[in-house]
Amino acid sequence: MRAAGRGDAHAYRDLLRKLAPILRGFARHAFLRYGSSAEDVEDIVQETLLAMHLKRHTWIEDRPLLPWVRAIAHNKLMDHLRRSGRRQHLPIDEFGDVLVADDSQSAANGLDADVAIGKLKGRQRDVVVAMSLEGQSARDVAQRLGMTEGAVRVVLHRALRSLSKVLRDDQP
Amino acid sequence: MKTDDLIEALVQDVARPQRSTAERVLGATVLGGLVAGLLFAWKLGIRPDIASAVETGRFVFKCALSVMCMACAWWACLQLARPEVRWKNVAAWIAVPPALLAAAVLYEFMAMPPVRWYELAVGRYASTCLSAIPLLSIVPLAALLIALRAGAPRSPATAGAVAGLLAGGLSAALYATHCPDDSPLFVAVWYTLAVGTVVIAGALAGRRILRW
Repeated sequence: MRAAGRGDAHAYRDLLRKLAPILRGFARHAFLRYGSSAEDVEDIVQETLLAMHLKRHTWIEDRPLLPWVRAIAHNKLMDHLRRSGRRQHLPIDEFGDVLVADDSQSAANGLDADVAIGKLKGRQRDVVVAMSLEGQSARDVAQRLGMTEGAVRVVLHRALRSLSKVLRDDQP
Repeated sequence: MKTDDLIEALVQDVARPQRSTAERVLGATVLGGLVAGLLFAWKLGIRPDIASAVETGRFVFKCALSVMCMACAWWACLQLARPEVRWKNVAAWIAVPPALLAAAVLYEFMAMPPVRWYELAVGRYASTCLSAIPLLSIVPLAALLIALRAGAPRSPATAGAVAGLLAGGLSAALYATHCPDDSPLFVAVWYTLAVGTVVIAGALAGRRILRW
């Protein structure tokens, strides 16, 4: 995470890939316990990763990373349960021991994210699709869409923020 | 979308530097303070007998308490912008200004005869205090809430309330240099009510706009 703060993409990718299974285990455990549908596990994982990314400056270097990650996941989980009509109080401390990795769903789709991408505006959607689903680099996308690389990065950043907002506001 | 695809998009965005919450909150406080300060200078202004007032303990206490309120709220604000911090972690800081005020009220009860308590508490310009502090707070509170949107508070309402305390403390510090009512009894009643209004406004607004 510290390396990510300096813009080290490789270290950041490694970190997110390591955290994803941990978040999956966390969400699965919570869902089992509170009887929510297990299909939504991947949505929680993705919402948490997105929120972590957008709020990464709220982590203070030298503090342990996992409590911070857990707090974000907890917030996203509560939002999710609230939206699905359950009013549960989920004591965060119970997750202390269940940060167990769970790789079972790494191939699964996050359905909410697909819906949310569909709601983005034209150019934001193009950039997100190209850079995530199609895995293109900022330079490729810039050439294809006739934009500068910097502009593509700005659009990507705005698109990620919109995505987070749509995920938060527009669900049933 | 697969999670690995999302991670690719996030990695592509990592080079963008992010400003820290402290910088944003500082910026909002300075900006809000300037606007409130200009408004204050234009409409109210410092009391004419300021030179003799600064020599009285009651006036100095009133100003110091407002600044103390700002400082504690500032610290609490920065803490509460982080997702893992709960209100209990900052409660001790928030309790400092009320504790100081309570001590000052006790002192005033002992220093002044009971027949004067009512007159001191009611003061002369209570209605100005009640309107000036919330009005001066509007711009600072708005700026602070916008700055805090970058944070990730565990409880948006609590973070909004503390932003209200910071904005209210700022306005109270300005207004204190205008207000001729110096008794801690007056401060305990009217300043508390005025700043309390700002705190409630901050909590209500925060609950709506500080969600993330």
